[in-house]
Amino acid sequence: MSLINEPIHSSRHENRKKYCRFKKSGIKYIDYKDPEFLLKFVNEQGKLLPRRLTGTSLKYQRKVSVAVKRARHIALLPYVTDSLK
Amino acid sequence: MELKNYETVFILTPVLSEDQMKDTVKKFKKILTDSGAEIVSEENWGLKKLAYPIQNKKTGFYNLLEFKADPQSIKNLEIEFRRDETVMRFLTVALDKYATAYAEKRRKNGMGSMYKSKKEGAKK
Repeated sequence: MSLINEPIHSSRHENRKKYCRFKKSGIKYIDYKDPEFLLKFVNEQGKLLPRRLTGTSLKYQRKVSVAVKRARHIALLPYVTDSLK
Repeated sequence: MELKNYETVFILTPVLSEDQMKDTVKKFKKILTDSGAEIVSEENWGLKKLAYPIQNKKTGFYNLLEFKADPQSIKNLEIEFRRDETVMRFLTVALDKYATAYAEKRRKNGMGSMYKSKKEGAKK
Protein backbone atom coordinates (compact mmCIF):
# COMPACT_ATOMS: atom_id res chain seq x y z
CA MET A 1 0.00 0.00 0.00
CA SER A 2 1.61 3.22 -1.11
CA LEU A 3 0.77 6.65 0.14
CA ILE A 4 0.42 7.91 -3.41
CA ASN A 5 -2.89 7.42 -5.20
CA GLU A 6 -2.58 4.59 -7.64
CA PRO A 7 -3.69 5.33 -11.19
CA ILE A 8 -7.27 4.27 -11.83
CA HIS A 9 -7.64 1.78 -14.63
CA SER A 10 -10.84 3.35 -15.87
CA SER A 11 -8.89 6.10 -17.69
CA ARG A 12 -9.31 4.11 -20.88
CA HIS A 13 -13.07 4.53 -20.69
CA GLU A 14 -12.87 8.23 -19.90
CA ASN A 15 -10.68 8.94 -22.92
CA ARG A 16 -13.25 7.55 -25.37
CA LYS A 17 -14.81 10.54 -27.11
CA LYS A 18 -18.46 10.74 -26.13
CA TYR A 19 -20.62 12.86 -28.31
CA CYS A 20 -24.27 13.56 -28.75
CA ARG A 21 -25.30 11.78 -31.90
CA PHE A 22 -28.10 14.26 -32.56
CA LYS A 23 -25.89 17.30 -32.41
CA LYS A 24 -23.31 15.62 -34.57
CA SER A 25 -25.67 14.54 -37.31
CA GLY A 26 -28.03 17.49 -37.05
CA ILE A 27 -31.17 15.53 -36.30
CA LYS A 28 -33.80 17.83 -34.84
CA TYR A 29 -36.79 15.62 -34.30
CA ILE A 30 -37.00 12.24 -32.65
CA ASP A 31 -39.87 10.18 -33.92
CA TYR A 32 -41.84 8.17 -31.38
CA LYS A 33 -43.21 5.97 -34.16
CA ASP A 34 -39.83 4.39 -34.89
CA PRO A 35 -39.23 1.72 -32.23
CA GLU A 36 -36.12 0.35 -33.95
CA PHE A 37 -34.32 3.61 -33.50
CA LEU A 38 -35.55 4.09 -29.95
CA LEU A 39 -34.20 0.68 -28.93
CA LYS A 40 -30.74 2.27 -28.87
CA PHE A 41 -31.73 4.40 -25.88
CA VAL A 42 -33.34 1.68 -23.88
CA ASN A 43 -31.81 -1.28 -22.05
CA GLU A 44 -32.76 -4.94 -22.24
CA GLN A 45 -35.51 -4.51 -19.70
CA GLY A 46 -37.03 -1.66 -21.65
CA LYS A 47 -35.81 1.00 -19.22
CA LEU A 48 -34.38 4.30 -20.45
CA LEU A 49 -30.60 4.45 -20.45
CA PRO A 50 -28.84 7.28 -18.61
CA ARG A 51 -27.16 10.05 -20.57
CA ARG A 52 -23.72 9.12 -19.42
CA LEU A 53 -24.02 5.77 -21.18
CA THR A 54 -25.50 6.98 -24.44
CA GLY A 55 -23.56 10.26 -24.58
CA THR A 56 -26.65 12.27 -25.44
CA SER A 57 -26.86 15.94 -24.51
CA LEU A 58 -29.51 17.04 -22.03
CA LYS A 59 -31.76 18.69 -24.59
CA TYR A 60 -31.98 15.59 -26.73
CA GLN A 61 -32.13 13.21 -23.82
CA ARG A 62 -35.35 14.92 -22.78
CA LYS A 63 -36.73 14.54 -26.30
CA VAL A 64 -35.72 10.90 -26.36
CA SER A 65 -37.45 10.41 -23.05
CA VAL A 66 -40.66 11.95 -24.36
CA ALA A 67 -40.49 9.86 -27.53
CA VAL A 68 -39.93 6.63 -25.61
CA LYS A 69 -42.81 7.37 -23.27
CA ARG A 70 -45.13 8.08 -26.21
CA ALA A 71 -44.03 4.88 -27.91
CA ARG A 72 -44.78 3.00 -24.71
CA HIS A 73 -48.24 4.53 -24.59
CA ILE A 74 -49.12 3.29 -28.06
CA ALA A 75 -47.58 -0.10 -27.36
CA LEU A 76 -44.68 0.12 -29.77
CA LEU A 77 -42.30 -0.34 -26.87
CA PRO A 78 -43.01 -2.23 -23.67
CA TYR A 79 -42.99 -0.65 -20.24
CA VAL A 80 -41.34 -3.61 -18.62
CA THR A 81 -39.97 -6.78 -20.10
CA ASP A 82 -37.01 -9.09 -20.06
CA SER A 83 -34.79 -9.81 -23.04
CA LEU A 84 -35.96 -6.95 -25.22
CA LYS A 85 -32.98 -7.12 -27.56
CA MET B 1 -57.33 30.88 -35.37
CA GLU B 2 -54.26 29.66 -37.13
CA LEU B 3 -54.24 26.04 -38.18
CA LYS B 4 -51.75 23.82 -36.44
CA ASN B 5 -50.31 20.58 -37.69
CA TYR B 6 -51.35 17.52 -35.77
CA GLU B 7 -50.79 13.83 -35.99
CA THR B 8 -52.87 11.15 -34.38
CA VAL B 9 -52.17 7.45 -34.05
CA PHE B 10 -55.01 5.22 -33.00
CA ILE B 11 -55.26 1.48 -32.49
CA LEU B 12 -58.42 -0.43 -33.41
CA THR B 13 -59.39 -3.84 -32.06
CA PRO B 14 -58.20 -6.78 -34.15
CA VAL B 15 -61.61 -8.41 -34.23
CA LEU B 16 -62.91 -5.93 -36.76
CA SER B 17 -63.33 -6.90 -40.38
CA GLU B 18 -61.55 -4.83 -42.99
CA ASP B 19 -64.72 -3.01 -44.00
CA GLN B 20 -65.55 -2.12 -40.43
CA MET B 21 -62.05 -0.78 -39.96
CA LYS B 22 -62.27 1.36 -43.08
CA ASP B 23 -65.64 2.68 -41.96
CA THR B 24 -64.26 3.65 -38.59
CA VAL B 25 -61.34 5.50 -40.15
CA LYS B 26 -63.76 7.27 -42.50
CA LYS B 27 -65.87 8.27 -39.54
CA PHE B 28 -62.95 9.98 -37.85
CA LYS B 29 -61.91 11.68 -41.04
CA LYS B 30 -65.43 13.00 -41.39
CA ILE B 31 -65.37 14.38 -37.85
CA LEU B 32 -62.20 16.22 -38.72
CA THR B 33 -63.40 17.66 -42.00
CA ASP B 34 -66.69 18.67 -40.42
CA SER B 35 -64.88 20.87 -37.96
CA GLY B 36 -62.88 22.46 -40.73
CA ALA B 37 -59.67 20.44 -40.65
CA GLU B 38 -57.59 19.59 -43.67
CA ILE B 39 -56.33 16.04 -43.82
CA VAL B 40 -52.73 15.88 -44.98
CA SER B 41 -52.19 12.17 -45.04
CA GLU B 42 -53.54 8.87 -43.83
CA GLU B 43 -51.63 5.69 -43.17
CA ASN B 44 -52.63 2.22 -42.24
CA TRP B 45 -49.94 0.09 -40.67
CA GLY B 46 -52.23 -2.88 -40.55
CA LEU B 47 -52.28 -5.54 -37.89
CA LYS B 48 -49.29 -5.23 -35.58
CA LYS B 49 -48.30 -7.05 -32.47
CA LEU B 50 -48.64 -4.94 -29.34
CA ALA B 51 -45.70 -4.67 -26.95
CA TYR B 52 -48.07 -5.51 -24.08
CA PRO B 53 -51.68 -6.68 -24.03
CA ILE B 54 -54.33 -3.97 -24.14
CA GLN B 55 -57.82 -5.06 -23.13
CA ASN B 56 -56.44 -8.60 -23.19
CA LYS B 57 -55.68 -8.37 -26.91
CA LYS B 58 -52.23 -8.94 -28.33
CA THR B 59 -52.55 -7.29 -31.75
CA GLY B 60 -54.27 -4.27 -33.20
CA PHE B 61 -54.85 -2.25 -36.33
CA TYR B 62 -52.65 0.83 -36.27
CA ASN B 63 -53.78 3.92 -38.15
CA LEU B 64 -52.10 7.26 -38.57
CA LEU B 65 -53.81 10.48 -39.53
CA GLU B 66 -51.99 13.69 -40.23
CA PHE B 67 -54.01 16.87 -40.46
CA LYS B 68 -54.12 20.61 -40.02
CA ALA B 69 -56.76 21.84 -37.66
CA ASP B 70 -57.98 24.53 -35.39
CA PRO B 71 -56.76 23.80 -31.85
CA GLN B 72 -60.30 23.92 -30.47
CA SER B 73 -61.48 21.00 -32.57
CA ILE B 74 -59.02 18.52 -31.11
CA LYS B 75 -61.10 18.19 -27.98
CA ASN B 76 -64.09 16.97 -29.99
CA LEU B 77 -61.95 14.47 -31.83
CA GLU B 78 -60.65 13.02 -28.60
CA ILE B 79 -64.15 12.79 -27.14
CA GLU B 80 -65.16 10.78 -30.17
CA PHE B 81 -62.16 8.52 -29.75
CA ARG B 82 -63.16 7.80 -26.19
CA ARG B 83 -66.78 7.16 -27.11
CA ASP B 84 -65.95 4.64 -29.80
CA GLU B 85 -65.55 1.19 -28.31
CA THR B 86 -63.43 -0.14 -31.14
CA VAL B 87 -60.62 2.32 -30.44
CA MET B 88 -58.23 0.78 -27.93
CA ARG B 89 -55.65 3.58 -27.72
CA PHE B 90 -55.10 6.93 -29.32
CA LEU B 91 -52.44 9.58 -29.17
CA THR B 92 -52.73 13.06 -30.68
CA VAL B 93 -49.57 15.07 -31.02
CA ALA B 94 -49.07 18.66 -32.13
CA LEU B 95 -46.21 18.91 -34.62
CA ASP B 96 -43.67 21.71 -34.52
CA LYS B 97 -41.69 22.81 -37.57
CA TYR B 98 -39.04 20.12 -37.22
CA ALA B 99 -41.65 17.45 -36.75
CA THR B 100 -43.57 18.63 -39.81
CA ALA B 101 -40.42 18.61 -41.92
CA TYR B 102 -39.61 15.11 -40.71
CA ALA B 103 -43.14 13.90 -41.42
CA GLU B 104 -42.90 15.13 -45.00
CA LYS B 105 -39.61 13.38 -45.54
CA ARG B 106 -40.98 10.24 -44.05
CA ARG B 107 -43.92 10.24 -46.38
CA LYS B 108 -41.61 10.39 -49.33
CA ASN B 109 -39.00 7.91 -48.24
CA GLY B 110 -40.73 5.57 -45.83
CA MET B 111 -39.88 4.82 -42.23
CA GLY B 112 -36.39 5.42 -40.99
CA SER B 113 -35.73 8.06 -43.64
CA MET B 114 -34.41 10.57 -41.17
CA TYR B 115 -31.58 8.49 -39.88
CA LYS B 116 -30.19 7.30 -43.19
CA SER B 117 -28.71 10.64 -44.17
CA LYS B 118 -25.98 10.78 -41.55
CA LYS B 119 -23.46 11.42 -44.29
CA GLU B 120 -25.40 14.36 -45.66
CA GLY B 121 -24.47 16.47 -42.68
CA ALA B 122 -26.59 18.97 -40.82
CA LYS B 123 -30.19 19.31 -41.91
CA LYS B 124 -32.21 22.45 -41.70
